Amino acid sequence: MELENSSRRDFLVAGLAVAGLAAGCKSNSSPFETLIGDHVKPSGKKVKLLSVDGEEVEIDEAYLKPVPHLPPVSNEEQRIGIPGKKFVMVIDLSRCKNLKKCQSACNHAHDLNPGENWIKVDPMQSAEHTAPYWEPTTCMHCDEPPCVKVCPVDATFKREDGIVLIDSDRCIGCRFCMAACPYSTRVFNWGAPEIPADVASQPYSCETSIPQKKGTVGKCDFCADMTRMGMLPHCVSACPNGTFFYGDMNEDSVTNGAETFRFSDLMRDKGGYRLMEDLGTKPSVYYLPPVARNFPFQSGLENDKTENK
Amino acid sequence: MENSISTAYEEKIIQDLLPRKFKKSGRILVAILSAICLVGIYAYYRQLRYGLVVTNMRDYVSWGIYISNFVFFVAISLVGSLITAVFRLAGVKWGSPLTRIAEMIAVSAIIFASLIIIVDMGSPERFYNLFLYGRIQSPIMWDVIVIMTYFFISVLLLYYPLLPDIKILLRFKERSGARLHKVYSFLGSFWKGTHKQYLRSKKAINVLCITIIPVAFTIHTVTSWLFATTYRPGWDSTNFGAYFIAGAFLVGAGAVVVAMYIFRTWYHLEDYITLKHFDKMGRVLVLLCLLYLYFNVNEFLTPFFKMKESEAGYLNDMFSGSFAPVFWFAIFTGIILPVIILVFKQGRKPLPMFIVGIMVVVGAWFKRYLIVTPTLLHPFMPMHDVPASYHHYFPTWEEWAITMGSLAGAILVIVVLCRIFPIIPIQETINEHHETAK
Repeated sequence: MELENSSRRDFLVAGLAVAGLAAGCKSNSSPFETLIGDHVKPSGKKVKLLSVDGEEVEIDEAYLKPVPHLPPVSNEEQRIGIPGKKFVMVIDLSRCKNLKKCQSACNHAHDLNPGENWIKVDPMQSAEHTAPYWEPTTCMHCDEPPCVKVCPVDATFKREDGIVLIDSDRCIGCRFCMAACPYSTRVFNWGAPEIPADVASQPYSCETSIPQKKGTVGKCDFCADMTRMGMLPHCVSACPNGTFFYGDMNEDSVTNGAETFRFSDLMRDKGGYRLMEDLGTKPSVYYLPPVARNFPFQSGLENDKTENK
Repeated sequence: MENSISTAYEEKIIQDLLPRKFKKSGRILVAILSAICLVGIYAYYRQLRYGLVVTNMRDYVSWGIYISNFVFFVAISLVGSLITAVFRLAGVKWGSPLTRIAEMIAVSAIIFASLIIIVDMGSPERFYNLFLYGRIQSPIMWDVIVIMTYFFISVLLLYYPLLPDIKILLRFKERSGARLHKVYSFLGSFWKGTHKQYLRSKKAINVLCITIIPVAFTIHTVTSWLFATTYRPGWDSTNFGAYFIAGAFLVGAGAVVVAMYIFRTWYHLEDYITLKHFDKMGRVLVLLCLLYLYFNVNEFLTPFFKMKESEAGYLNDMFSGSFAPVFWFAIFTGIILPVIILVFKQGRKPLPMFIVGIMVVVGAWFKRYLIVTPTLLHPFMPMHDVPASYHHYFPTWEEWAITMGSLAGAILVIVVLCRIFPIIPIQETINEHHETAK
């Protein structure tokens, strides 16, 4: 996985360099000098590259210039979101047995500081004599987000497609959003996150929420980068039991990768609901009650880490 | 003949009230306060370097004693408006010797309130974002705006009444020394004390006294809204603005009483801060204690009666759980005992008043702690899937050092101000003396 990623990145870098060369050719007879400068000496080692026209070309390795890994979407676009969409998640409580695959996939994908969780799986019991069940919680991506209301600098914002994101380059770390969120979904980077140096040095993207920074807030981002590519959030694809469904409310469809349902059918047939409806936050995450369960509650207990209770 | 007696008396007033050089005890006090501040600065350096991880605040208790301390400072600063403005507009004459003390406390408290809120920020180097990207919808922006307004009004309310006194101070160049003399002439050499200037200053002070009252109410109401605009049990209350203001007037009056006693004994101001002043302030304190008690009953009795599921955990923790000792200490020491002591005439003598003042201030500090932390430890969702240390909160030495440093810093500012400026308004005392003589 790691290898695959890095080779893809190198390819992109090379592609950009060649594109630059091709553009330079038209106006200048010696493009290498203008692009790279006189001081670069050819190393004699040639690499094969694919040009923008689809031709295979060969150039000297010394002329390859590393291009910083920039977020593909500008901050302005990240703040607007994907037009015409309204993303929702449905969590089927009858399928969850606290495997925490969602959590580990999320932590890995977002390079979270060890011990930090954006997805939590809580043991819930509504009343004394009711049956306990496991409840995974993400950010609710509320349509009336209390966190966005209180942010003094517009560092956390609501997009047109319903996703609530954080701009860690702007967050001042006042933590008012954490106090305002009734779902306790936000986590804070109290110290410098323990993440690999190459990840930490990347420019921040609101859609990937990488890298997390000291003194700023983080939370579930509905994997806005995956969504932009038309792919499912990491928690959805990581769950072997298909607990999480994700989709577009406007298309009225949600999927867990294997099964696809009409959102409105699920709500009607299975009695969908949202958490703390009485607060008026209007979450984008819907729950299906834990009826006709796939697993007994006890099967999840062994995975409930004692040190994290 | 009568005139010369009167001038002699004037000179005595001036000699009594001119700021004096620190004696040995004063210098020791300044040294101790500076040392505490330095430890606080070192702790803050560590916090800047390693992040807020040096505190014991974590994802549930995301606000700790910094915010409690901030609320405390904002509360105490309100006294400036109470003693200076409310008393003045209400025609309370006996309060005038206390106005300078009250304004000094107000200015220094509001400075440290703003500093402590920056200390609480996770990324203080981005403070300027508040001005670049400020959103007026956020209660934090309201707080930034009103705190700045309140700061400037308080500074002016300290400064304008000082001008006639600076004119007197300028007469004693040798006594004040060249450096202080320069400060005085920079601040007030334009003041000639003409009738025109006097009228203009009086008008300005009146305008400031009227404007500071709504601003003072706003500053503490908005501070209470930082909590009350959230959904959390214990904060989600319509009572919060009034509850905070009542508490603020109480702690501010308590601080003034403490300062009155200390200045009176240190500078031998028995002729100026008299038994009458203590007696009257004692009555004011009783009134404010009862008012604050009323709001506390309002705040706690009705939720206690209902015991809603979402609030039960928080309320039980306060009344009989882990916060009960602090809670009952704050209620008894900060509110109920002071009333019992002060209703007796003997209780309103300087020394008991001084002790009551300390009780009120200490009780109020812990009350602010209780406003912030217990609520955060009782969120709607279960505290789960987090390290075990997230379930408790007790401040680290860095947090204590910074908090103590800020308290010491606030006292240091007051001490320095009273070294430079007269604690009792000189000109006003002379004028009053003339009026009573007539």
